[in-house]
Amino acid sequence: MNWIDWLHTFFTSPARQSGPDSIVHRLAEHFAFTGEALLYAGLLSVPLGLVLGYTGRGSALVTLLAGTARALPTLGLVTLVVLLAGIGRSAVLIPLVVLAVPPLLVAAVEGVRGTDPDLRDAARGIGLTHPQVLFQVCLPAALPALLAGLRSATVQVIATATVAAYVGLGGLGRYVMDGLALRDFPAVAGGAVLVVALALLTQLLFAGLLRYALPPGIRPRRSVD
Amino acid sequence: MADDEPLVRWKWIADHLNYLAQLALDHAVMALVPVLIGLLLAVPLGLLCARHPRLYQPVAVVFNTLYALPAVAIFMLLVPYTGLGEAGTVMIPLTFYALALLLPTTVEGLRATPEAVRQAATAMGYGHWRRLVAVELPSSVPYLMGGLRVAAVSSISMAAVGALVGRGALGYLFIDGFQRTFTTPILAGIVLIAALALLVDVALVLARRLLAPWAVRSQGAAQ
Repeated sequence: MNWIDWLHTFFTSPARQSGPDSIVHRLAEHFAFTGEALLYAGLLSVPLGLVLGYTGRGSALVTLLAGTARALPTLGLVTLVVLLAGIGRSAVLIPLVVLAVPPLLVAAVEGVRGTDPDLRDAARGIGLTHPQVLFQVCLPAALPALLAGLRSATVQVIATATVAAYVGLGGLGRYVMDGLALRDFPAVAGGAVLVVALALLTQLLFAGLLRYALPPGIRPRRSVD
Repeated sequence: MADDEPLVRWKWIADHLNYLAQLALDHAVMALVPVLIGLLLAVPLGLLCARHPRLYQPVAVVFNTLYALPAVAIFMLLVPYTGLGEAGTVMIPLTFYALALLLPTTVEGLRATPEAVRQAATAMGYGHWRRLVAVELPSSVPYLMGGLRVAAVSSISMAAVGALVGRGALGYLFIDGFQRTFTTPILAGIVLIAALALLVDVALVLARRLLAPWAVRSQGAAQ
């Protein structure tokens, strides 16, 4: 019952240093699932969200979708999809993508809709076409919202990928699930600590991105009114 | 899954109605008691943060970070202390998630009191604390109810993950169904959890109408 012993046992065990159950390999798996799920979810939701936000259509539908997604139990979704589609990497990706779509979609819609209407009018006034306004005015203005949505989606996918280890997905969740099954508490503790660390690092990364990666014109700043 | 197995076997549901109702009740208690405790903690902490704005920045950073930690990992970290299959393993983290969501909402709500109202209260001789409790707190109710809706719905869906540490109420149906390659309990679990979330959400919307009738027209305020 000692954390330091557990973590020491976990991190120094030879199986964690090399081979398929090594920390580096599990971490790489976790990154791969997360990246792939976010890529598909982004391709699905960002273009749609930009168009919906620009035209102002379907906002009620988007709100409803976001609410429903929050109520969906991740474990239920993961077990159901795997039973229906069979155990396999692509099957497990489905719930990850499904859960990453709503935050991205909402962020894209809200980001574009939140663009200062005067700015849009001015852009139209100087002769920009609608696609030009969308890509040159609304998209940059929506970047902070999009990044915030990407942060929620990333955190969500990292957590769901951990849960999905229950149905056989690799990644850091393996330590936790295998450890529980074998009553190997060092593995449970080590896996959980790694997942928490990954989530914290993601938060830090996005905090940095939001702060420094944006052009100065659209950086969040104190109101000047 | 066997080919002749239907997606939903209605007979199983009919045979297990009592069992499902019991799980749903357990689920509601396990998910909503933490939200209530979170609210009871968030209001005084929020008042303190609103009174001392310098305190709020670090507190907000800590709670925002806490909120983003995956529930599975936190449940697992608590298992050695609270035990497998114990409600506390699930309810303690859920309380913190609720608090992490409700504290910023409380502070935002307190800050959103119109300046004219605040000045009127001061002019009538209200001190800092009395103005906070008697004027700014009631006027933050629409915000609080908005935060409560999000907190309650996510608490209900997060509680299901507790099944992985042996205490998930309706979430147990997912484990059970997966182990027997039987989709009926899984679908029943998803539907019941979504229904419970919807029920609580509707109840909170109605409560908001009763508690803050003036805010019904400006629905956007708390969103």
